[in-house]
Amino acid sequence: MSISFILAWTQTLSLWRAGALRVLVLSLVLAVSAITAVGFFTQRVETALNQQGSLLLGGDIALLSDHVIDEKFEKNAVSLGIDIVKTYEFVSMVVFGETSQLAEIKAVGPSFPLRGNLSIGQTINETGQVIKSAPKLGEAWLEPRLATLLNLKIGDVLEVGERKLRISAILLHEPSRGGDMFSFAPRLMINAADLPTTKLIQIGSRVKYQLLLAADPQKISRYFAQTKPQLGMGEKIEDVRNARPEIKLALDKAQQFLGLSAMVSVILAIVAMLLSSLPYIKQSLDTVALLRCFGASKNTVLQVLAIQTLLIAFFSALLGVALGFIGQFGLAQLAGSLFLEVLPPVSAGPIFVGIIASISMMFAVVLPHVWQMRNLTAMNILRRETLKQTSADQAKFLPAALVMCGMIFWQARDATLAFSTILALLLLCVVIIVFSYVLVNLVKRLFNLSTKTQSLNDVKLGVLGLKRRFALSTVQMIGFSIGLMVLILLALIRGDLIRNWQASLPLDAPNRFVINIQPAQINRLKQFFAQQKIDHATIFPMVRGRLISKNGENVAQTQWSNERAKRLAEREFNLSWAAKMQSDNKLVSGRWWTEQEYGQPSLSLEQDLAKTLGIQLGDKLLFDIAGSPLTLTVTSLRKVDWDTMRANFFAVTPLGVLDQYAANYISSFHLPIGVDAPLNQLIREYPNLTVIDVAALMQQVRGIMQKMSSTIEYVFAFSLIAGVAVLYAALVATREERIAEATLMRVFGASRRQVAIAYVAEFAYIGFIAAFVAVFAANLLAYYLSATLLNIPFQFNITLAISTMLAATALIPLAAWLGLRGFLNIPAKQLLNSI
Amino acid sequence: MQQPPVIQAPVIHAPVVQAAVIQAQEIKYNFTSHDNQIRILAGLNLSINAGEQVAIIGSSGSGKSTLLSLLAGLDIPNNGSVQINNSPFSSLDEDGRAAVRAATMGFVFQSFQLLSSLTALENVMLPLQLKNQPNAKALSLEALNKVGLSARVQHYPKQLSGGEQQRVAIARAFATQPAILFADEPTGNLDNSTGQMIVDLLFEMNAQAGTTLVLVTHDIHLAHRCQRQLMLENGILTELTKVIESATLTQS
Repeated sequence: MSISFILAWTQTLSLWRAGALRVLVLSLVLAVSAITAVGFFTQRVETALNQQGSLLLGGDIALLSDHVIDEKFEKNAVSLGIDIVKTYEFVSMVVFGETSQLAEIKAVGPSFPLRGNLSIGQTINETGQVIKSAPKLGEAWLEPRLATLLNLKIGDVLEVGERKLRISAILLHEPSRGGDMFSFAPRLMINAADLPTTKLIQIGSRVKYQLLLAADPQKISRYFAQTKPQLGMGEKIEDVRNARPEIKLALDKAQQFLGLSAMVSVILAIVAMLLSSLPYIKQSLDTVALLRCFGASKNTVLQVLAIQTLLIAFFSALLGVALGFIGQFGLAQLAGSLFLEVLPPVSAGPIFVGIIASISMMFAVVLPHVWQMRNLTAMNILRRETLKQTSADQAKFLPAALVMCGMIFWQARDATLAFSTILALLLLCVVIIVFSYVLVNLVKRLFNLSTKTQSLNDVKLGVLGLKRRFALSTVQMIGFSIGLMVLILLALIRGDLIRNWQASLPLDAPNRFVINIQPAQINRLKQFFAQQKIDHATIFPMVRGRLISKNGENVAQTQWSNERAKRLAEREFNLSWAAKMQSDNKLVSGRWWTEQEYGQPSLSLEQDLAKTLGIQLGDKLLFDIAGSPLTLTVTSLRKVDWDTMRANFFAVTPLGVLDQYAANYISSFHLPIGVDAPLNQLIREYPNLTVIDVAALMQQVRGIMQKMSSTIEYVFAFSLIAGVAVLYAALVATREERIAEATLMRVFGASRRQVAIAYVAEFAYIGFIAAFVAVFAANLLAYYLSATLLNIPFQFNITLAISTMLAATALIPLAAWLGLRGFLNIPAKQLLNSI
Repeated sequence: MQQPPVIQAPVIHAPVVQAAVIQAQEIKYNFTSHDNQIRILAGLNLSINAGEQVAIIGSSGSGKSTLLSLLAGLDIPNNGSVQINNSPFSSLDEDGRAAVRAATMGFVFQSFQLLSSLTALENVMLPLQLKNQPNAKALSLEALNKVGLSARVQHYPKQLSGGEQQRVAIARAFATQPAILFADEPTGNLDNSTGQMIVDLLFEMNAQAGTTLVLVTHDIHLAHRCQRQLMLENGILTELTKVIESATLTQS
């Protein structure tokens, strides 16, 4: 073993025994455990969420095609060890005796579903049993609605094309049933092996061919990467994110929030570490100086320091990772009951991240000091002399700041978010520096006016201490401020974030859509609403039209930049009309029509659609409506909040524009789950009506939101602990200095009371300024988040602001005093020897 | 108030009868280390008059600094008492002693004891601010001027040489115009010529202010610049002239 290693090892041990290392190691361990615990946990939750999403897809990813899927895709998957199953979906009439009904038929392979379960029962009103298999050959399962519409029961035989199938179960729950607005017919599920004998699939049949795949994430992403470039016309590969936009939204928001709180914890832990590194550095510099005195070469000293740094970083990382693992285990245990499934196992990723973070943080903190001293003599170091005092002092924090920025980028996974976070932190620092400078000078002046009493003088002494140690106190204030800011911010918006998120899908949100309503049926529908005591039903008119040209340019000949644009342009538009804009829409540009403008050929478009099709304000769009042309001018663009699950339209005109065209109507309303009988009665009365039932889907989305809300709360709790750690680290960062000063003050004749008053006054001031800035910054941030992210009115919480400031001004000095109190009772002589 | 006469141990009196500013009686001091009682001071008596310059010498570890800290009330004896200006001192509580220190004492330490985060000026101002002295800054600047550091008032300790740091400490000690100045090995951390300069400065300022000086040193030459030299050995204090006398007697 090299002499450097032995030296470093013994040095580290002595530093530990002497207590110089403890606070630093504590914060380092805390930083690493925050990083790893949140890392472990968010990763497991994300995986779980993706799996939850997979349940809805029936697999991890799906390859979709409008024609028979090429065998190479299957073979490739099998060779990678991926489980596959094929499904076919199409719409067809099914016949039972005299009655027939349009059904959405899904023919599935034997291993369907690869992810998640189905539940089936013998009657439509039971909870049923959970199974993981497809209907047997010659059998069919159908949705309760189809059973009601056709008046079918178990054992009845149904005609599907040329094949007769026996009803063997009611399909009560199919997670993979899409929330697609256009899949409105009730489901009939059959075995894929029965499909050829139905003879329903002919050349030109519209069939959605699906290859579902499931395996571990590495295999899936390999397959995804390999397959993507091989896709041909009409083929696409989907994961849960693009297959189910409503789930994707929930997932994205959840990950955004989780990532944010993880980042907050990491920032806090690093701040705690930086603060607590100050005493350690002082101590290790002494050792270095002594080593130099004893004849160690510059290289040996550098080596010793490097090894020492590495040792501390490594052991702290080990401890931190272990604690982080235990922490996430606790979190997972707590959150486990929230998830239907057991959380997936942890991966090694966060362990490496924790160790790397630990080592880079330690080096970032220690190296600048080492670098600066490499050319100093032993005496220089002993006397803490530096070559270029002022400029180098600030530069010392640069590497640590860079590492912190790196961690922010890594955690944020989004450059804009990372940049704005860093900018906000910088701003916070500047504000604190300016504030404390101005306030300290102001107070100094006030005291100059009157220092009549001794107590007032002691207070002044304390506050002036701030001015004397301006740099150090500012670092301390920044620490307190960041800690407090996060705590206030969490108090301010944690609830709002979660409430707002859940409010996007309120319990009474519409969960049934009825389409194809004829004008003559509207009164009967309204009657139905009155009978069922449904207050918030909406009825919108719809006229179908095809887009022919844009500003005279034929869309059929347009080269679309992507598949989606082409699909959108070729699809029939549902044109609606309205006097007022829907409440969940937001005008982006142009303006909504006035009453005087009714009848004018104006059009309001959804902004994403307009963007995809390259349509701008003022463009003239020619539609073909039932054979007759209609030109509409785009007068406004709207942003539509699709995740409210309300009926919404891409294209809306003023009243009186579409009157001469045949319209049908769409209605959306909320009907509790299981209250289908009156609705089915209505449909039997008017067989032309089609019901789209999204109740189950909404239940699923709401379930995910619920679970995520709880896990976000847990992760927030972690940030809370890290915030408290920062406060603690800020407290101990300058403790040694302050004990030295307090001792000298006592030698010069200060009473313990005087020392305590001065000390408490100084910390009260630090606490006040930190709390003041923190309240200011937290409210500003909360305002920003409310305005941009949440779209809710922000209310300044004056009680919280005042109570935080009071609490910080009282509790920070109290905690500081508790830390110092012990030293006030030790004879000054002993302390003098030790300082 | 009359003090009871002390009989057991020889009392070292000042040569000229003057009011004693420091009186120590029967001072004992032990400390416990690993369950062993180590005796540092074994019941010593001492009387120092106003304006006197007294050197306490002894080998290292003899307890000089302990004695100084007891005289200054930085610690309390296990037995015996210290009086300052004929008033009980060692029997006062921590804060009571601190108040007496603030009113009457100044300190110069071997290791300077300047606060690294304060400038030279701020270091000198600290004890003045503690006393709520209205013109603390002016007094401090004046003191720093006296020690020849008027050009370096805004420097931090680490920007000053050892000699300069000790000069700041001396300025700090005299700025409060104390009646008694305790100096604990004031040249211990300095080279010879710098030490000489510091000593000259210390005595010069002491003469100007008429301060009582209690100086702890192991340097016999430095001790001889004081009016009296006391030797601390085996926990007992002996007037050095008597040591020399007895040595001469034994030899003859």
